[in-house]
Amino acid sequence: MTHPHRNQPLWWAFALHRVSGLGLACFLPLHFLVLGSALNGDAALDGVLAWTESGPVKLAEMGLVFLLALHLLGGLRLLALEFLPWRDGQATLAALAGSVSLVFAFIFMFNVI
Amino acid sequence: MNRADDTLAVEIWKGGTDGRLAAFEVPLRANQTVLDVVTWVQRHRDPALAYRFACRVGMCGSCAMTVNGKPRWTCRTHVAKVAVERHLTIEPLRNLPVIKDLACDMTVFFEKWQAARGRFEGRTTRHDEVVQLAPDTPARVAIDAGIECINCAVCYAACDVVAWKPDYLGPAALNRAWTLQNDTRDAGQEARLAAVAGDAGCHNCHSLQGCVAHCPKALNPTAAIAGLKRAVFRAALSGDL
Amino acid sequence: MWSSYLYVAQRLTAFVLAPLVLVHLALIVFAVQDGLSAAEILGRTRGSLGWGCFYGIFVVAAAIHAAIGMRSVAAEFLRWRGWGLEASATCFGLSLIVLGARAVAAVVL
Repeated sequence: MTHPHRNQPLWWAFALHRVSGLGLACFLPLHFLVLGSALNGDAALDGVLAWTESGPVKLAEMGLVFLLALHLLGGLRLLALEFLPWRDGQATLAALAGSVSLVFAFIFMFNVI
Repeated sequence: MNRADDTLAVEIWKGGTDGRLAAFEVPLRANQTVLDVVTWVQRHRDPALAYRFACRVGMCGSCAMTVNGKPRWTCRTHVAKVAVERHLTIEPLRNLPVIKDLACDMTVFFEKWQAARGRFEGRTTRHDEVVQLAPDTPARVAIDAGIECINCAVCYAACDVVAWKPDYLGPAALNRAWTLQNDTRDAGQEARLAAVAGDAGCHNCHSLQGCVAHCPKALNPTAAIAGLKRAVFRAALSGDL
Repeated sequence: MWSSYLYVAQRLTAFVLAPLVLVHLALIVFAVQDGLSAAEILGRTRGSLGWGCFYGIFVVAAAIHAAIGMRSVAAEFLRWRGWGLEASATCFGLSLIVLGARAVAAVVL
């Protein structure tokens, strides 16, 4: 069943914040495990990092940068909404957060290629 | 579907929660509202159709239904504005139990109003002088922003947090609580803050703002709930919760 | 009332995380121009009290923030309630703290 009442920009802003948060929470244990491999010496960490040189992994990393930027900027929007006096133009702010996150992801992509 | 240019294809929910849509053909009229359509069906096609209305002028808040998927006050919603290719789907409000057809059981909605302590608690008697509320104080301005609620439950039906967490007090009750928290004459603010800080309280709101998008009175429950969140936040940090 | 305190913890950790994530993003996007290497990462972090504190605070705040967030998602999308939910969220947060502390120790000590 479709839900036409959800088709408004701030519902999608919420959905993106939730999806990015979920993605980051799932990635976090892996991230810690990779860095923890340095306990077994520099070579062990380099071994894992070499794996990150492959194309698909790079694309996934770009996605993670996008998720992190999105969750940060979306979160700042929510903090402003909750802790500062109300301001209109919520949808504009959400769109701004999304666009700046994309810019971050693209800069990252151009840097690592 | 082959039908005359001067008719409207209408599907109306029939039965309880496990009901189904029934199709009707309704004559199209100038300046027709969705409530007019429902009334026409009841008078001319289906006398057993159950629905609610009272004032027909957007004051009583009893005629809210789901129209083409969105919650709306039907007496002030023109068919011309919402019909898609002369087609309307009319269902009961979401997030409330269906009694029959388009009539929902509003009990939970009003119980939550009470659970959020959405009633004025005075501290004076008829023998005291009437308290003045200056119209330009910030508290009075905050009250004005939220006071026009007609209890239609459109915001409650539009709220996905209510759908996911059925205990959640919801936008209408919390908006009411916020107007009372700003009322300098009210004596129940400490108990009300505790009520909206409970596990079903204001912090469940994720600011999706479906309530703001659909409120027929153009109120902003999200802003009211943000005010309550700030009050709960301050109280928690200072150990007053 | 319990979930109100979780809300407060969620927002407090958000305030802590915001500047940390900004620095983290700047490092990822601008500082890692020519590929990642263990020498580059460890050369910056080994024996550095500053980076040790930075990542230490980061790990604790992120673990609390993520655990409370996952608890909300589980409650809303899986309709999960009760002690099982609280225990799972606590375990998730504690695991993140342990794994994160191990990672910080690995790159700083």
